[in-house]
Amino acid sequence: MRCERTGPEPKSRFFAAFGMTSLGRAVSVLLAGVVSSGLAPIAPAQVTAERLRESAKEPQNWLMYSGDYAGRRYSTLDQIDTKNAVSLAPKWAYQTMAGGKFETTPLVVDGVLYATGADDRAFALDARSGRPIWQYQRALPPDVRPCCGRVNRGFAILGDKVFLGTLDAHVVALDTKTGNVVWDVGTSDYNKGYSITLAPLVIRNLVLIGVSGGEYGIRGFIDAYDAATGARKWRFYTVPGPGEPGHETWEDDSWKIGGAPAWITGTYDPLTNTTFWTTGNPSPSNRGEGRAGDNLYSNSLLALDPDTGKLKWYFQFTKHDEHDYDATQVPVLVDDGERHLIMQANRNGFFYVIDRSNGKLLSATPYGKVTWSNTKDASGVPIERKEASPTLTGVPVCPGAIGATNWMSPTYDPKTKLFYVTAREQCDIFSTAPQPYDPGHAFYGSAYFPNDDAEPFWGALRAIDPATSQIKWELKHLSPSWSGVLSTAGGLVFTGDAEGNFMALDAASGKIVWHFQCGASVYSSPMTYAIDGKQYVAIAAGTTLFAFGLP
Amino acid sequence: MRPVHLFALILQNRGMAIRPFLCLACLALLGYFAWNDAVLAQDKNPYEGNPEVAKLGEYQFRLNCAFCHGLGARGGGRGPDLTRAQKRHGNSDAEMFHNIHDGIPGTAMPAATNGGIGVGMSDEEIWQVISYLRRIQVKAPAQPGGNPEHGKQLFIGASGCSTCHMIQGKGGRLGPDLTTVGASRSVEYLVESVRNPSRRLAQGILEAMKEFPEEYESVSVVTADGTKLSGVLLNQDQFTLQMLDTREQLRLFEKAELRSFETRRESAMPVYDQKALSDKDLQDLIAYLQSAGVQ
Repeated sequence: MRCERTGPEPKSRFFAAFGMTSLGRAVSVLLAGVVSSGLAPIAPAQVTAERLRESAKEPQNWLMYSGDYAGRRYSTLDQIDTKNAVSLAPKWAYQTMAGGKFETTPLVVDGVLYATGADDRAFALDARSGRPIWQYQRALPPDVRPCCGRVNRGFAILGDKVFLGTLDAHVVALDTKTGNVVWDVGTSDYNKGYSITLAPLVIRNLVLIGVSGGEYGIRGFIDAYDAATGARKWRFYTVPGPGEPGHETWEDDSWKIGGAPAWITGTYDPLTNTTFWTTGNPSPSNRGEGRAGDNLYSNSLLALDPDTGKLKWYFQFTKHDEHDYDATQVPVLVDDGERHLIMQANRNGFFYVIDRSNGKLLSATPYGKVTWSNTKDASGVPIERKEASPTLTGVPVCPGAIGATNWMSPTYDPKTKLFYVTAREQCDIFSTAPQPYDPGHAFYGSAYFPNDDAEPFWGALRAIDPATSQIKWELKHLSPSWSGVLSTAGGLVFTGDAEGNFMALDAASGKIVWHFQCGASVYSSPMTYAIDGKQYVAIAAGTTLFAFGLP
Repeated sequence: MRPVHLFALILQNRGMAIRPFLCLACLALLGYFAWNDAVLAQDKNPYEGNPEVAKLGEYQFRLNCAFCHGLGARGGGRGPDLTRAQKRHGNSDAEMFHNIHDGIPGTAMPAATNGGIGVGMSDEEIWQVISYLRRIQVKAPAQPGGNPEHGKQLFIGASGCSTCHMIQGKGGRLGPDLTTVGASRSVEYLVESVRNPSRRLAQGILEAMKEFPEEYESVSVVTADGTKLSGVLLNQDQFTLQMLDTREQLRLFEKAELRSFETRRESAMPVYDQKALSDKDLQDLIAYLQSAGVQ
């Protein structure tokens, strides 16, 4: 603890009361690590915009939520491969002790791991040992009540700051060295149902975020903040206001509470300087009456100029959605020769391939059981079957309310040229009922019920061949999984299941080559990193973050 | 330092990095305040007897609870009948509030405030739901008019129920313990469970964070040495299987080491049709189950 005295002056009465700053502690921990291991000091993370853009050059680091700007969740690390994965073993475990689903994807930069947990807890660890460097807990207002769990999916990083969105709808920048708050800006009113659960996306000097709240009749948006100061640079409303294109797709004043939250991290194409974001359901999610029209830009893919927030083009997956088919799945950028594509396995059960230059649909093919649509419009876009529209007494529709997949990340492996996605086979009874809008209160316009006579719910990891949109192989899960998928150059895909297993599979065949029982259902997407030439794979499950490596 | 001062400091420093020790202190404090709140404000329904609040509660129930407990709270395949005055995990306002607010560990009942899948409920909304449940609850279930004494004789004797089911510690354990089933489930559910046991299987173990509990499925395995076993599935994952065989022996397997295995969504319980159990005897049996839970 000799470093205590070298730390700066205590910054607040809070820390003063305990005679030590968190910066002092961070430094001491870092130095202790250096002394004990005899290695060169770890330089404080200084992730430049250039490094983010060239993330492929440093596969030992995991610099953003999906691993790269293309959203592939693919790593060129190949030390762990199909032959040796059988000997993978836990290297460390870190307990957050935060109740609720643990959905984070950690970042790793030059030996330090940064992650968030349930309840807007966050921490930095020695990525070799899992030992804490600093910890952070957002003091949330007692009346914050986000839909679907008090979750957070991770940080973004730039320079000496990490950025997170909070359940009370703030964006917060923390000092990478100390976990101290550098800036903290409110985006919207949590009392009206706005919250943030996604990991932000940094492009150059801007921090891009979207909001959750499609269950509360919010008006969705995507924001960009100056990474240095937290000043807001632009906002793109995902529900157009009066005079804006698309406004005519909303009945009367329904646009004011139209939903369309952007609650999953976007992707970015530096070549065309375009960022791609996806949006969720129109509100109320299961009642189309009162919001006649296509309800743009709900359930859509948006191509935005990251410098201005200006819309370049859009593609709407589900028009006038009545089944909560959020399009909030990471839009994956794939280059196939001269073709620049976006692939998305959508919650509505279709696998879409879209031309990245103009948003034109190339194909839409079911990858699971679909009954909500049996026709396509002239441009090939699947449209709702009239009989699938929810009624007062309810109609059975597939996929069910949770969708054929959900927010868990897919992966694209450029070696196998396969797209891997966690799929869910569940049909539900969709019913609808009139419901007045009450700010901050649930606004579904419905209740949904399990279909007791339907076959039991199950799930699968599916490998889709984008060339044909056919399923090459599947690993059947006993019950639906909420785990995302990672692929690596070692010929492996990693995923988890609801029974608590974390697994490595042969990416070509789907054969399981290794597994570990984590003790709780997996609600997160795996990532990988390397330190001192040793590759690790990390997954969050229960309240624990695990890192695995070779002996 | 008095807790209240520390709490104020925490608020002043909202969102700053905190050390592990302090983090624990915060949690302890927050827990204390939550507990304090619970004691002060959450033991009595402030809207008791208010029909308008009960009406709001009906909507909240439909939104948040009906998926498992069914429309009208009569119980579905997943959740118990909540129209019964006697509830397995407590009948008082405070107990019901706690059960909705925090969930019931070891059961599929989630914490409303944590919003497992859907939107969480505020304290006010929880009281609305309780008001609704109070309005629709019936003191005693519609009496089938059966003879509980005769039902008990059937249970432990001629009908053979106690071979597989326990009531108050007596009986077998291949099937679910039925001590409280009569008090928590609707008559319709009980009748269906006897007449058509495979339609909706009873629930077993619920694992950490898992959406759905295991169900009482049937299982048959052939071990590496050719031994054939059948019984009831306790649990399984991609790689392992835990079961009770028909002699109530616990069997733990690696699936890869078995010659074969098969699980079936069928109850191991025989179908009790009219020949096996007359309507009159079924009434008596249900009367016994209902009386057993009340004791």
